[in-house]
This record gives sequence, structure tokens and C-alpha cells, in this order.
Amino acid sequence: MAALALVFGYIESLIPTGIPGVKLGLGNLVVLTAMYAVSVRGAAAVSAVKIFLGGLLFGSFAGLLYSLAGGAVSFLVMLALKKSGRFGLVGVSAAGGVVHNIAQLAVACAVLGGIKLAYMLPLLLISGLVTGIVVGFAAVPCISLAQRAGKGKK
Amino acid sequence: MKKKRLLADILLIAGVLIAAAVVWLLLPRGGGGAAAVVTVNGEHYASLPLSEDAELLIRSDDGGENLLVISGGKARVTESNCPTGVCVETGAVSSEGQLIVCLPHKVVIEIVG
Repeated sequence: MAALALVFGYIESLIPTGIPGVKLGLGNLVVLTAMYAVSVRGAAAVSAVKIFLGGLLFGSFAGLLYSLAGGAVSFLVMLALKKSGRFGLVGVSAAGGVVHNIAQLAVACAVLGGIKLAYMLPLLLISGLVTGIVVGFAAVPCISLAQRAGKGKK
Repeated sequence: MKKKRLLADILLIAGVLIAAAVVWLLLPRGGGGAAAVVTVNGEHYASLPLSEDAELLIRSDDGGENLLVISGGKARVTESNCPTGVCVETGAVSSEGQLIVCLPHKVVIEIVG
């Protein structure tokens, strides 16, 4: 299980530097897959790696803060929604994407001071939602693949 | 069971869309802005009128540099040495309340009326 998480972590390390600006949230795809196909602990490990690498991308302590806020909050929300059993994969993923962006914006407000950044909220809500939905759909085949791989190893 | 989840998903997505629309509508929106106010790390850095073409190299902590260009009544960041480049991708802004933000450098450029 830990090995799987490590592999995911490695794949993740190749992904996040790809797209500047509005990111596709491919890292979240890995977290989501781990959460459903491996275990909560595996997903947490992947999430931690993702947060750390995301922080490195920004290259500063503040960067780590953005990454941590977005990653941790979205992880917790996705876990809570999954546990509640009321939402499907796409819903969980979409919520994760949205709160990830909200959390980062909140940190940005705290760091930069002022609520002017609220102007970016609608855009961030929509982009988080769309990427979350895309990732949710993309996760379906990933999860079944990962589950099959897991069974094969046993 | 599955249908119920689908419904919940759709409701969740619709909720976010509505929230985004409400925030969008609530935000005060003015006409054309008069000046670009530059803030670095929460502190006032410079104010440039949009009516005059100008260039300003914004230097922030730890070597951050953003080149703000004002031309034709619009402000844009044309160059930045930050790793994300969001400020450059934002493009030109000219109406009141619009922002260009560079998170890594803690630079905010706001258009005021």
C-alpha cells in the first residue's frame, strides 16, 4: 500500500510543473484514486507529497502555505463527503476542487491583506468546479485500474 | 442509491454555480478605471494614472520582478520572473476593481476609479 502511494507520489512529481495559471488539478486525480482504490492513509501520504511539491513550485514559505491550505482543506472536505456516502465520485472531486481554490484565495487574502481579492472568487469557483468535475470523470477508469492492479498483486 | 448520489452531485455543482453567480453580481463594478495602484506585501508601492503610457519595474522581496506596462489606458504585466506566470496570463485590465495578482511576489495591481 505504501509502495503504491510512493508510485503515485512519483507520478505526481512529474505532473504539477506542467501547467501554469489555472491548473488542471491532475495531482488531485492521484489523491482521489488513492482515496478510493488504496486507503485513506495512502491518500493522505500522496496528498502530503503533493502539498510539499506544490510548495516547492512556488519556491517560498508563503508558497508552501498556499499549497498546504489548498491541499489539506480539499483533502479533508473530500474525505468528509466520501464518508458521508451521499455524494458520488464527481461530486466529491468537484467539491475538492472548489474548496482547494477557496482555501488558497483565503490564504492569499491573509498574506496580501485586504478583501479586494474577492474579485477573483467567481472565476476561482468556476475553475475549481470544472477541473474538479473533469478530474472526477477521469478518476473512474483510474480507480478501477488501480483496484485491478491491487488485486493482481495479492 | 446511485441515483440519489447523482442528484446530490448535481445539487452540489448547481450550488457552486449559483454561489459564483451571486458573488459575481454582488461585487461592485465601476466603469473605466483612472489609475493602477500597486501594492507589494500589503504596502503601497506606486500609483500610475492609466491616461499616461508608462512602464514600471516592480521589485519585491527576494528578487521578484514584475514589469507593469500601461498603454492605451490599460495596464498589464508583460514580464515576471515568478514561476507561475499568472500575472502575465491575466492580460490587460482597465475597469475599476479589476486586479492583476502575483502571489509568489505578493504583488497586487488594482484598478481604481
